[in-house]
Amino acid sequence: MVPLSWYLIFAAALFSIGMFGVLSRRNAIAILLGVELMLNAVNINLAAFWRYGNVLHMAGQVFAVIVFAVAAAEVAVGLALVISVYRRRNTVIADEIDLMKW
Amino acid sequence: MSFWNDPLKVAADWLLGIFTGWGMPVPAANILIGFLGVLILISILMVLDIGLVWVERKVVARFQDRIGPNRLGPFGLIQPFADIIKLMIKEDTTPGGADKVVYNIAPMLSMMSVLILWAVVPLAPTILGVDLNIGVLYIIAAGAIGTLSIIMGGWSSNNKYALIGAFRQVAVMISFEIPMLATLLIPTILAGSMGTAAIIERQDVWYVLLSPLGALIFLVAAIAELGRAPFDLAEGESELVSGYNIEYSGMKFGMFYAGELLHAFTFGGFWAILFFGGYRFLGLEQVSPFLAIAVILFKAFIGYWLIMWVRYTLLRIRIDHMLAFNWKFLTPLAFTLIIVTALMHALLSGTPAWLYLAGMFLSNILVAWSALEIARSYSRREREKVDGKKAVEVGH
Amino acid sequence: MTGEQIIFLVVAFVTLFAGLMVVTARNLVHAALWLVAALFGVAVTYALLHANFLAVVQVVVYIGAIAILFIFAVMLTRKDMRDQGPQMNKNWWLGAALAVLTFGGLYLMLQGWSGMSRTAAVYPSGFDAVAELGNELVSPAGYVLPFEVASVLLVAALVGAVYVAFNRK
Repeated sequence: MVPLSWYLIFAAALFSIGMFGVLSRRNAIAILLGVELMLNAVNINLAAFWRYGNVLHMAGQVFAVIVFAVAAAEVAVGLALVISVYRRRNTVIADEIDLMKW
Repeated sequence: MSFWNDPLKVAADWLLGIFTGWGMPVPAANILIGFLGVLILISILMVLDIGLVWVERKVVARFQDRIGPNRLGPFGLIQPFADIIKLMIKEDTTPGGADKVVYNIAPMLSMMSVLILWAVVPLAPTILGVDLNIGVLYIIAAGAIGTLSIIMGGWSSNNKYALIGAFRQVAVMISFEIPMLATLLIPTILAGSMGTAAIIERQDVWYVLLSPLGALIFLVAAIAELGRAPFDLAEGESELVSGYNIEYSGMKFGMFYAGELLHAFTFGGFWAILFFGGYRFLGLEQVSPFLAIAVILFKAFIGYWLIMWVRYTLLRIRIDHMLAFNWKFLTPLAFTLIIVTALMHALLSGTPAWLYLAGMFLSNILVAWSALEIARSYSRREREKVDGKKAVEVGH
Repeated sequence: MTGEQIIFLVVAFVTLFAGLMVVTARNLVHAALWLVAALFGVAVTYALLHANFLAVVQVVVYIGAIAILFIFAVMLTRKDMRDQGPQMNKNWWLGAALAVLTFGGLYLMLQGWSGMSRTAAVYPSGFDAVAELGNELVSPAGYVLPFEVASVLLVAALVGAVYVAFNRK
């Protein structure tokens, strides 16, 4: 049997990798890719806690399903924003989208 | 328990005896037997695929008033083997500037997306890869991998036509997935399970009688998912030359082509499983699994033949018409149908079988009729607008 | 070491490698394709955890919709198919340090937790997790409210995305 710790460490590593992507990529789409990795890491934890806790309580899976819905909504709106910004400012580099900076 | 009654279990027991006789531990032997089973299933499918090439060419010839392949062997049966040899010894080209790894993975993924579908196809009561309790969602998941393979092939070819073809095909596939998913839920509601085996077992009345409209929408969505005429604008010989597989040659093209044929056949099989009782026919499946396999293959061939009939009879539809047809007509219709089916199922679940059947059938007919009426009045209004404009122009 | 552990380790390493490639690949289409590989690895992890429904929905939603959407967005927002300039911002080392610190912190925190080496109970045979999940999602005593809120969120996102990305000419 795989102990719970393996899943948690795996999820923590995936989360950290995603965080690195969010913090250091220049391209706005690449930042969203990092966010996806982080969301997936969280979902692994939720599924693992469901399996290793009481299987008859479905809370872990329910939350994972809701995270799926939120991730889909986030990507749809996020990519729409990126495309809209690209149409107006002709760039997707996060540093160059600085109209609101003073 | 003889080979005639349960061939899979008898063969597995026999192999297990041999392997453990060689001193192999039981779990390892079981894993090996599982792999052997998958290998045999895939080999049979690939041989079937070769047969499908011949069937397809013969049938299209009949539709076009030709004879088709008739030189090699009786009825041209050896022709597909000659085709394969030709594809094998062709030069394997890679376009300049292509993304080599992605370019080479795409045909494999395309073939894989079709082959993994057969894991949930119940060939007989005892012959089934895995009895997943999410069987019908699995079909959509495999379709997602097919979509991915098409965009990979189109993008990595470094060719405008390939990219445009891939864009079109992906747009079509992800939009027609929605009515397909909606109609997959209708057998799920009727059977009370998502597993393909359970859907067949509870299908005492063919679901096509309970939900004829659902069966029709599933067939239309499946044809679009397959990218066959009238929805073949990803290939569109006359405008895009060959679409996403334009740069592929030799066996890589062969894999796309074989994958497409097998995909069509597989969807014929799923149509039979979901709406025509799968392997069940007059109790034949109780006699022997072999007869059950024959029944399901026969039904799948009928579905496949219907898809071919549509393909070689209808003309190609323009992409905006096709997407408008999906989003403005098929998707709302499919969702209405689910709601109506669920309501009728809840209302009629305690009633006698004939009332249940009649209620389901009539509600389907009513939904179809009102949808057609709405579409007809809409198109009449549009036509009047256009005619009015023309009248004004003529008046000037 | 059992077969399940070997499968888990292989899947975990492939997923983590794919994740690393997602955040470091220069070519954004490649990054999106590596994301597909990582998502596949996560789907296999769900299957190892007996969460069949999550595994299939992962493939349908993430690979069938989100990854394809990413590939489309990458292709729509580029002047030509080459990538020019550095892909990392100038503070990338700070991001790397923070990520390593996060991982270290999480690891230490997990080490101090008593439930860490817990092993799973035997999966109850005949338990239909999918049916149970469906019941929980729509029963008033379960999670019907979050479920409905999620559907409202999806509709809002759909309308918002169309409104934001619509090309007004």
